[in-house]
Amino acid sequence: MSERTTPAAAPAADEHQRVEALAAEAGIGAPRSALGRFMASSAGRNFGLVIVLLLLCLVGVLTAGDRFANVNNILTILRLASVIGVVSIGMTFVIIGGGIDLSVGAIVALSSVWATTLATQTMAMDFHWVLMVFTALVVGTACGLINGSLIAYGRMAPFIMTLAMLVAARGLAEIISERKTQIIQVRDFVNFVNGRFLGIPVLVWIFAVVAAIGWVLLNRTTFGRRTIAVGGNINAARLAGIAVKRHTVLIYTLLGLLCGVAAVMLMARTTTGSSTHGMLYELDAIAAVVIGGTLLTGGRGTIVGTIFGVLIFTTLTNVFTLNNLDTSTQAVAKGVIIVAAVLLQQRVAARSDSS
Amino acid sequence: MTTALLEMTGIVKEFPGVRALDGVDLGVRAGEVHCLLGQNGAGKSTLIKVLSGAHQPDEGVIVWQGEQVRLANPMAAMRLGIATIYQELDLVDGLSVAENIFLGHELAAAGFMRRGDAQEAAAALLARLGHPEISPRMEVGRLSTAGKQIVSMARALSHDVKLIIMDEPSAVLDQEEVARLFTVIRDLTADGVAVIYISHRLEEIRQIGDRVTVLKDGRTVATGLSARETPTSELIRRLAGREIEYVFPPRTKVEDDAPVVLDVADLAAPRAFSGVTFQVRAGEIVGLAGLVGSGRSEVLETIYGARKASSGSVSVDGRRLRPGSVRAAVAAGVGLSPEERKSQGLLLDEAVYRNVSLATMTRFARGGFLNHVNERRAAEVHTKALDVRPSDVARAARTLSGGNQQKVVLARWLLRECRVLLLDEPTRGVDVGARSELYALVRRLADDGVAVVLVSSEIPEVLGLANRVLVLREGKVVHTGPAEEIDEHRVLDLVMEGSAA
Repeated sequence: MSERTTPAAAPAADEHQRVEALAAEAGIGAPRSALGRFMASSAGRNFGLVIVLLLLCLVGVLTAGDRFANVNNILTILRLASVIGVVSIGMTFVIIGGGIDLSVGAIVALSSVWATTLATQTMAMDFHWVLMVFTALVVGTACGLINGSLIAYGRMAPFIMTLAMLVAARGLAEIISERKTQIIQVRDFVNFVNGRFLGIPVLVWIFAVVAAIGWVLLNRTTFGRRTIAVGGNINAARLAGIAVKRHTVLIYTLLGLLCGVAAVMLMARTTTGSSTHGMLYELDAIAAVVIGGTLLTGGRGTIVGTIFGVLIFTTLTNVFTLNNLDTSTQAVAKGVIIVAAVLLQQRVAARSDSS
Repeated sequence: MTTALLEMTGIVKEFPGVRALDGVDLGVRAGEVHCLLGQNGAGKSTLIKVLSGAHQPDEGVIVWQGEQVRLANPMAAMRLGIATIYQELDLVDGLSVAENIFLGHELAAAGFMRRGDAQEAAAALLARLGHPEISPRMEVGRLSTAGKQIVSMARALSHDVKLIIMDEPSAVLDQEEVARLFTVIRDLTADGVAVIYISHRLEEIRQIGDRVTVLKDGRTVATGLSARETPTSELIRRLAGREIEYVFPPRTKVEDDAPVVLDVADLAAPRAFSGVTFQVRAGEIVGLAGLVGSGRSEVLETIYGARKASSGSVSVDGRRLRPGSVRAAVAAGVGLSPEERKSQGLLLDEAVYRNVSLATMTRFARGGFLNHVNERRAAEVHTKALDVRPSDVARAARTLSGGNQQKVVLARWLLRECRVLLLDEPTRGVDVGARSELYALVRRLADDGVAVVLVSSEIPEVLGLANRVLVLREGKVVHTGPAEEIDEHRVLDLVMEGSAA
């Protein structure tokens, strides 16, 4: 066995290497200019996003001055970004894996309602507020597990399955809450999750930790590599012996879990659980992921890009709000940004393909 | 019957790296069935695409009814009266028969479909084709393949067609349906319509054809042969002996006591093949020869577990594999280099080394965390040994040539230390120069003790590389024997006619 894996020397391999080294020195076959090479790299793709974000900040400073550029406002932006950010990190995995999830907002709502029922809150007061967190996470994970299982083993189209989950989960949230907003009486929970740690809101810490774990998971683990393989070429993945179905279930379950996390954060921020929480989160999350450079067809994407996508949207909202512009104008601006970002991406993608 | 309808002379079509057509001449008369014969890769498909306006020839002249023409696009060919019926029928399943027939040139008044008129006209066309039982209102998706073919022909007739090109129409039909198709073809030719008929089955050509043109290596090697009277031996002689000099490595003799690694017993898959039994010893290369559709690729897929067997068993090193499970096959040491390298084998946007490690990832992971350095180093050992160029394993697989992409897939299974290697068309899309190198590589793997099963459309490749050859015809093994004892003529004869020459 070991003899076979030790490769025999290929004839004239040294000669090929020599020729190639010469060619490399002469710059043959290397991507055009240093700038071109940089723009085609993953850092380069994110560079465009940095510029957009900086431009937005510039607009913020010019139009709102100190009201924009102060520590509290920045922390507000980050705090608002953190809830949708956590969902978007999970969405990045689903989209890279070749899927889509429309039910994230509904799962957030259902988790928040389930974790804030009178029964749960009573138990939480008797025992510990962690019980509420636990409930939200379990509900979110279970929804993700249902999505993933039916998509992988029931062969349902992700779009249809998660559309059904969207409707059903929000409906169930309405039934449980009787369409009433459930106020959280467990003060310790709110005080902790909506509090600060080392001067920075706990919500932002949670987002940072989730983003960091997401980055490691995507770039440094077999889980991430398999996600890219399944989304990039499902046939090749299957024929290479990867358990494609099981992996699909895991991806959706991960997103469900993160929806549970987002629900906990939203509960703390608003001190309520409600069936109207997380409205249109699916659109915001998908938009942030796509702006961040992840291909909707799967197989390619970055966590860092998604983080920028979320920050760009949140900063935009903040700048508009500070200038007293209404939400309708914001919506138009968001639409324009999505189209511009995707058009830009296609050009970058086309260039790196032709190299 | 003697007027020249179509005269093609000196047609040349080049693709990057290949001269697909290298001076083809073809003359078709009105009202005849002209058969086109040639092995896979001889240039038949390219010629059809030129004639249907899908490809532009680089050189050559096309004369249509006495006038020189340029077929700039499929619509231009259609307007002249040239219609093509493709193997994969290009019908819209969700539309009705009548709607399909008039797709693109709908009978309409002020934008509104004249449905009644269309249905009447469609019914008339179907009756002319001898199939009045097909209702114009029926949804095409509910028709059989034979029915769809008739609809395709009705569509061709709905344009004032003078020449119909049929690309292996019988491949998807049963005997009775073929007989009915022939009746239709005879009716059409009686009306003066010419048919270019492509088939690998000599008995069909004898039945329906008037004249035969033989293509080889992109050239016309014989034209205007009588379809009925030319002896089989002459046709096969003209088809065989493709002039490509491949260098095959010397065959290593497999000892009789070499252990059996792969044991396939009475394997069958529904509507693909049945009763396939063979063994592959360590160090042996077994070649499967046969036409496209003979079941050869399906045999490989079933061994690999990608297709579910209806009966029979596959064992590796004496242990029976769980049927229908790719993971079980991979775990037992089976590797597959699939036919469609790009769509089934590679992650084109991913780095070369990640493609190599795809089946072995967990080996470089501890607690799920990948060690990129080890992964890359291990992949590099094999890409270097296979001389993958360029040697930078961080490049995206997309940027490599066909031959080098093939090596990447091979490297994947080398890294996996596989016991059985299934190669489906390993040299497809690989340029001629790189082929000899790949052959040597496969031989070296076998000599190191791997059991290799090779499927290829190129008969010389199977004969040159394999120790033993199985010939498949319509899902059945029709011949098994040492590669030295059979030649290309005999294989061609077996796959095309199935009778002794």
